[in-house]
Amino acid sequence: MTLLQQYAEVAGSDAVEHLRQLAGLLQGARVVHVNTTAWGGGVAEILTPLIPLSRELGLDASWEVFEGAADFFACTKLMHNAVQGMRVAPDERGLHVYEDYNARNAERLRSVLEDADFVFIHDPQPAALISHLPRRRGSWIWRCHIDASHPDPRVWRYLHEHVATYDASVFSLPTFVRPLPHPSYVIPPAIDPLSDKNRALADEEIRGVCSGMGLDPNRPLVVQISRFDRFKDPVGVIKAYRLAKGFVPGLQLVLAGGGAADDPEGAEVLHEVRGAAGDDPDIHVAELPPRDDVTVNALQRSADIVVQKSVREGFGLTVAEGLWKGRPVIGGDTGGIRLQLTNYHTGFLVNSPEGAALRIRYLMHNRDQRLEMGAKAREFTRRSFLLTRQLREYLTLMVALRSGAGERISLG
Amino acid sequence: MIAIASARRATTLQELLDGIRVSPAESLYYHFWADLLQARFEEREYNNDFASWVAHQLHEHRLAEQLAVIDPTAFPGLEGLRVVLVETIEAALEESERLAWLRSERPFDFVRSQIVIFDTGWRAGDPAELAELLPFLPVESIFYHFIDARRREPPGVDDFSHWLSDFGPALTPLVEELVGVDYYFGSLVELRRRLIEAFAHRLAAVSGP
Repeated sequence: MTLLQQYAEVAGSDAVEHLRQLAGLLQGARVVHVNTTAWGGGVAEILTPLIPLSRELGLDASWEVFEGAADFFACTKLMHNAVQGMRVAPDERGLHVYEDYNARNAERLRSVLEDADFVFIHDPQPAALISHLPRRRGSWIWRCHIDASHPDPRVWRYLHEHVATYDASVFSLPTFVRPLPHPSYVIPPAIDPLSDKNRALADEEIRGVCSGMGLDPNRPLVVQISRFDRFKDPVGVIKAYRLAKGFVPGLQLVLAGGGAADDPEGAEVLHEVRGAAGDDPDIHVAELPPRDDVTVNALQRSADIVVQKSVREGFGLTVAEGLWKGRPVIGGDTGGIRLQLTNYHTGFLVNSPEGAALRIRYLMHNRDQRLEMGAKAREFTRRSFLLTRQLREYLTLMVALRSGAGERISLG
Repeated sequence: MIAIASARRATTLQELLDGIRVSPAESLYYHFWADLLQARFEEREYNNDFASWVAHQLHEHRLAEQLAVIDPTAFPGLEGLRVVLVETIEAALEESERLAWLRSERPFDFVRSQIVIFDTGWRAGDPAELAELLPFLPVESIFYHFIDARRREPPGVDDFSHWLSDFGPALTPLVEELVGVDYYFGSLVELRRRLIEAFAHRLAAVSGP
């Protein structure tokens, strides 16, 4: 079965037909995506299936990974935090390192980037490549995956010099956008329904993961999958669980995520979470190894309710992952979570541990409603947050850039 | 349709008014129609983003109702629509000084639309063929041919009715039924269902028992 056939099976044949029609206008176009990691993180997760799918649609798509080292990533981590609003900035030496790596990567990738019809540069790390390639012939698009609405002004001033020279930018939400001298498209991210994290699993696979973690399949389960990060409020989730447990006997909670091993702050938060969990045998705190996607998938599928109680969030794709598994999601009323949750339809938006506890009780005591919301959640995600929708919008953007900047572009 | 953000935001009614005054016409278009193209569950309580923001963020339900009742298809061009929006908000601000002081926690983000129109390769040679195609038409096509068409020549007429009028008086009842469809409420999926039903019912009447 071809990839397109597989996507048609899960996303719908109409979605794939739409892709075919749009891709028909871009046959043979050379499209290059550049990011900084080959695996791990949302960008790599989406590029992994996006490239073969684009190729099957007749585009000459490829993916280049920017080569950096510790000193470069130390600088870009600061930049990343600064773009998201922290008042931090790399020093002059850091900026020199940033420019040096961009110059070296530009040299290494010169021919492929200069010849491309469309170049998608993901996030701030490789954003300066453009300044080293004046003979580029295609359209360059800066794809910003983070909330750039309130950046540190020093860092934004610096980045703006590079980003302003692009032909377009893409943000995940209108509220993330900064003023730029080119069109800023709004394209929310998406999940890949065929990946290990989201594909259908056999019952034995799910049971294996649950029994490995000591979960009782006959008792109610709430799951939050996310990095151990204060913005994800894992301690708040424990508080919500405790408040709900008196009304939902036997309730179990899983807090699972990666990233604590190589992140000092993550390790600290994990320590706090373990402290808050205490010796409650029904709270399962699991630090997952990288790429343990089947475990994530199985945990979300075993859950009665998925939680993403962030107090601050970029887009929050773990919400779409939960919805895709037919689970109502209780999510923090912030960022892109607002786009994914509609109260009483796909889940609930909450603003406190108390709010989360109330909704856990409500959903646990209304089984029919929970199942009905789960079914709606899956259908909503099929239409709105699968890779096919994201690719459709990328294709539309490319067609629009190739055809001019008018409000209406008529082709064929 | 694809969305392009302007980075212009409003947190007060005056800022909303300023934004409406200076935003490109396609921004008004986006804020009146784009929501129809999104997956959603509920009937839209307010039929455009301006009304919805005034209601849910400023909690000014009277003004929200006044904005919601504005019919974007009642104006030959979007500039006429802009004038009415501006006049409605100006009148509200003049009437109540309090409104000028309201501030929303969540801003209104001005977004504009860009529409790429392409040939799907699908063809209907006669009304029966169109009736067969309708169930398979993507909702975006329904939007383009039944709603967006009213901005094009001949103004105020959807593509289906315009095309059917070439097939003689026998199809007048079908054309009249299509003209009578109030597409401003409900979803595009629902609209497609209503069109399918209208075609099935009226074409059956034409072909007889």
